[in-house]
Amino acid sequence: MLRIDKVTVSGDNGSGEKVEILDNVSASFDSGKMYAITGPNGGGKTSLAKLIMGIYRPSSGRILMDDRDITDSNITDRAMMGIGYAFQNPVRFRGLRVRDLLNIAAGQEMGGTRTSHRENMERFLRVVGLCPRDYAEREADGRLSGGELKRLEIAMMLARDPRIAIYDEPEAGVDLWTFERLLEVITNRQKNKKDGITIVITHNERFLKASDEILLMSDGRIQQQGDADEIWPMIRDDVACRWRASCGGELDEAECYR
Amino acid sequence: MKLNAIDERLLETIADLHGVPQGAYNIRKNGDLLSRLSTQNIEIVSKDGKPGIDVLVRPGTKNESVHIPVLLTASGMTDLVYNTFDVGEGSDVLIVAGCGIHNPGSGAAEHDGIHEFIIRRGARVRYVEKHYGEGEGTGERILNPKTIVTLEDGAYAELELVQIRGVDSSRRITEARVGRGAKLVISERLLTHGRQVADSIISVALEAPEASAEVLARSVAQDSSRQVFRASLTGATKCRGHVACDSIIMDSAEIRSLPELIATSPEAELTHEAAIGKISGEQVIKLMSLGLTEKQAIDTIITGFLR
Ligand SMILES: Nc1ncnc2c1ncn2[C@@H]1O[C@H](COP(=O)(O)OP(=O)(O)OP(=O)(O)O)[C@@H](O)[C@H]1O
Ligand SMILES: [Mg+2]
Repeated sequence: MLRIDKVTVSGDNGSGEKVEILDNVSASFDSGKMYAITGPNGGGKTSLAKLIMGIYRPSSGRILMDDRDITDSNITDRAMMGIGYAFQNPVRFRGLRVRDLLNIAAGQEMGGTRTSHRENMERFLRVVGLCPRDYAEREADGRLSGGELKRLEIAMMLARDPRIAIYDEPEAGVDLWTFERLLEVITNRQKNKKDGITIVITHNERFLKASDEILLMSDGRIQQQGDADEIWPMIRDDVACRWRASCGGELDEAECYR
Repeated sequence: MKLNAIDERLLETIADLHGVPQGAYNIRKNGDLLSRLSTQNIEIVSKDGKPGIDVLVRPGTKNESVHIPVLLTASGMTDLVYNTFDVGEGSDVLIVAGCGIHNPGSGAAEHDGIHEFIIRRGARVRYVEKHYGEGEGTGERILNPKTIVTLEDGAYAELELVQIRGVDSSRRITEARVGRGAKLVISERLLTHGRQVADSIISVALEAPEASAEVLARSVAQDSSRQVFRASLTGATKCRGHVACDSIIMDSAEIRSLPELIATSPEAELTHEAAIGKISGEQVIKLMSLGLTEKQAIDTIITGFLR
């Protein structure tokens, strides 16, 4: 079980003013379940993922994994404890090849040449629909397309195989066919992992419906949490979120384009 | 030929050699010839009256290689050589040079080498030069190589100049003249640390129509090391040239990057790009989230960058 206990994360808004990115957030995630987090842009979803991965540090509150307090452990330690995070905006690496990153993710030495490593690496590429022959030796730099990079990001998560897997908008930028594949891979992986926790940050209805529970976040807070089939209609119709997403109800501007 | 464990390790680092190389070779150790082999197509002879060798590659020689590593394992010695490579028309060869220093004492160990290449019409050369220094002594490890390249019409040369760690002071000078339709590619990789200093000064003259050159340098400066990179391209006719230098700066290091373009003809197409920046925090975080420590993450990024 993963528990976030009254956590606040502060930052500054660029002009020196302090802002609460996460505002006294509490949530818990049970083993064996898949969770979806959704909500308007800027609501705090990515920040919550970064908090769990150890990238953002709380100014107050605690993070517990199986009742062990991990608030003070760093990114590496959390990775070693079995937390994984597939970024919303994957990082590009010049000089590192696709296979280097997958080997690192799988905990193998970079440039490792053992056959078992290579076969594994190729399997993860095929799962996300990247043909190993075309991609394994390519640099993970600016020359990969946005969707290719996103797929690599997910392949790294599969290679890492963490107990707690957080995917940040896995659907973003991937084509229709890859989307179907990712939806299937991510949900099946969770089904086969009794003690695993999958958290998918998403704006996609199919991911929301495929989850056991949905959390709605806005304004740095968790506004709702509950079973997916109950909560999905409520979230879809959420007036406050729609109001936020339309800039405080100022729809006139958008109407110009009708 | 007798190689001890230090020799073998140095040879492996600078020339990827495991023992005696294939093909022609000349191994120099502490100022003396250790071993030499000429082949049917590649002849190595000592110069008259001065230290150094002439390497003569017969016209039309294909897919052959020459290894000419230099080992310095004694303290307090300065080794100076002048080597000439005459690569015959239409040939295609790999030349691997490089200097490995193991300085056991407190005196400096210095190697100053001049390598001159005459690459005849239509010939192709890949030249790899690696520098490496180590040793338990406090003595400085110094390397001052000079490379002079003449590319005749239609010739092609690729120079790979690598210095990763261990050399306290180096000043590398590379001068090239590129003939009609000939192409030169220089790629340089440099990592300095501690209080090391490294200068690299490259000048390329594009003298004849359709000559082209690319200079691609990547470097990392750590601790309080200092680097100067100066690359100058001169275009006097219809030609193309590009310089790209890209550096990662860390700690309290200093990097000067000075690409220079000189055109004396409106037909010359010369471009440059230079960038110096710190290591990307995002990249470090991503690798840490894959289980690497911060230090491992930084090392991985640097290794990739310099590959
Ligand atoms: N390091 C930071 N410093 C200051 N503000 C931040 C920082 N990180 C995030 N924020 C702010 O916190 C808010 C939430 O950002 P976050 O990225 O978590 O949103 P999100 O819910 O993931 O949005 P999206 O759906 O667009 O991905 C935003 O207003 C953002 O500008
Ligand atoms: Mg986000």
